[in-house]
Amino acid sequence: MKRKAKGIKNQTTIQNFITYAIVIAFWVFIQIWSKAGQMTSLLNGLLVPICTYVILAVSLNLTVGILGELSLGHAGFMCVGAFSGAFFTKAMAGAIPSVGIRFAIALLVGAAVAALFGFLIGIPVLRLTGDYLAIVTLAFGEIIKNLINVLYVGKDSRGLHLSMKDVASLNLEPEGEVIIKGAQGITGTPKASTFTIGILLVLLALFIILNLVNSRTGRAIMAIRDNRIAAESVGINITKYKLLAFTVSASIAGVAGVLYSHNLSSLAATPKNFGYNMSIMILVFVVLGGIGNIRGSIIAAVILTALPELLRGLNNYRMLIYAIVLIAMMLFNSAPKAIEMRERLMEKVKGKGKGAA
Amino acid sequence: MSFLSYFINGISLGSIYAIIALGYTMVYGIAKMLNFAHGDIIMVGAFATFTVVSTNGGNPIVGILAAVLVCTVLGVTIERVAYRPLRGASPLAVLITAIGVSYLLQNVALLIFGSNSKQFTSVVNIPALKLADGQLSISGVTMVTIASCIVIMIVLTTFINKTKMGQAMLAVSEDKGAATLMGIDVNRTIAVTFAIGSALAAIAGVLLCSAYPSLTPYTGSMPGIKAFVAAVFGGIGSIPGAMIGGIILGVIENLSKAYISSQLSDAIVFSVLIIVLLVRPTGILGKTIHEKV
Repeated sequence: MKRKAKGIKNQTTIQNFITYAIVIAFWVFIQIWSKAGQMTSLLNGLLVPICTYVILAVSLNLTVGILGELSLGHAGFMCVGAFSGAFFTKAMAGAIPSVGIRFAIALLVGAAVAALFGFLIGIPVLRLTGDYLAIVTLAFGEIIKNLINVLYVGKDSRGLHLSMKDVASLNLEPEGEVIIKGAQGITGTPKASTFTIGILLVLLALFIILNLVNSRTGRAIMAIRDNRIAAESVGINITKYKLLAFTVSASIAGVAGVLYSHNLSSLAATPKNFGYNMSIMILVFVVLGGIGNIRGSIIAAVILTALPELLRGLNNYRMLIYAIVLIAMMLFNSAPKAIEMRERLMEKVKGKGKGAA
Repeated sequence: MSFLSYFINGISLGSIYAIIALGYTMVYGIAKMLNFAHGDIIMVGAFATFTVVSTNGGNPIVGILAAVLVCTVLGVTIERVAYRPLRGASPLAVLITAIGVSYLLQNVALLIFGSNSKQFTSVVNIPALKLADGQLSISGVTMVTIASCIVIMIVLTTFINKTKMGQAMLAVSEDKGAATLMGIDVNRTIAVTFAIGSALAAIAGVLLCSAYPSLTPYTGSMPGIKAFVAAVFGGIGSIPGAMIGGIILGVIENLSKAYISSQLSDAIVFSVLIIVLLVRPTGILGKTIHEKV
């Protein structure tokens, strides 16, 4: 019995190492690829976004796959992380001259602020279940985007000034600087995000999530997902573990946001980058990669981020193809008839193998 | 007086949300799926009317009929091709497929009509009603929208309560298995639900673009989401709930645009939704679900 338990443990360790190895192999491959001079500027520009989306997909999988709650507001946490991180980097430009150190602290700030939002939003949201929870997370995501669009923050010698109206109402001193300019957002963030940093963050996110999933806490979270009432009856604190998973997921999304914001010179909250469309896109990665399957999320995020860009030659047809591929994949993967057909095919192949032997 | 005018415009906008929300709520009640592509059917309907009326100078009534026809066929086709094979699959798989359909419709429209905003010719030619010595003016579109909403509500309620098909819908939404045993063709019932929902979306699309005459391939997505919010607000699966939810949402949106901030109106709408759901977790008219161990 003891040996068996050890065996299972070793197996998960091996599985986790394979996941890390895939990510590292991807990094090595890209390094070789670019040394060989094969990288186009298009692909180069995709590297940091790919890391961002991988982190987002992995973190959303914690909420959707492990906790089992459908969240449609993940982009909101990314938005919070992006703005708090970029704000920190800009505001501290005088105090900490090194961009690297500022970026490192900004990552922590982004994670912390997103975690705080995740916690505060989680308290009311996690009381609901199913589609109601989904629509409320969507609502929170939209509220966050909306509020950031009317937020003005400036800095002068007297400290920070905040307004929800316009630049003039900040009452800045003449030499003061406006950092967050409402709908225009934050401009002039240093471009500190690199592919290597991105990969390191992906590994960090994976490390946190995989360890969480394989811990006592992770098992408690999955027990809640599988049967809430049964979990409660064996003494698992539902609220605590749900909130924990939601907060960790939000905080990692915040880190992805910081990575995202330091890859752009101007950051604004538009429906395209932080609206529900983005949340849905991340959800598509998670579902196509396999709900609860962390490795699948990574692969799906990489492929689906690269796919529309690689299809760019097809111009207007690329999003159309993307949509058709998405529907076809879902039908092939999830339709009961398709699953049955696949199983029959597998059996045939297996049967043939046996016959030959 | 200005308050009254904002209020009436709010009811009119809310009526459009309500008509869209009816489609959402019926499909949810019967197929138990969130049809994210519903918003884009609105856009297709608007483009159908646009093609007939604005481009070819056709009769507005023909335009509306064309929209209803195109959308009904489209709705049933989508259900047949994309959703029916997934019956019995996980709800998330269906949701993602619906999102795929939504992308598909948007991009087909993008290819046909381009991304530039089109000027939609209003299908309503009724002059505005002037009340209280011209201080209060109610536009023709507003009156037609509110009237159509009332008519649709009455017809739909009668249809569901008085006809065999309506009763079949209720039965399927209650218990699919039992309904099959009673000899109800579940697939056909769901197809009819999609047809009705899509026809309503077409009407909503025409009304929406008559009131706010700029049309792009993405026109439907935000009203679609808002109508979804309205459906949840009123208790998803409940037809009167969708109506109430839609109208309340429209009024709140218009009043907050007028008196608080036009930029924050969406945030206010969503905040109200959150507060309502926290107090009544299944919406205003939603059924409370008892949990069984």
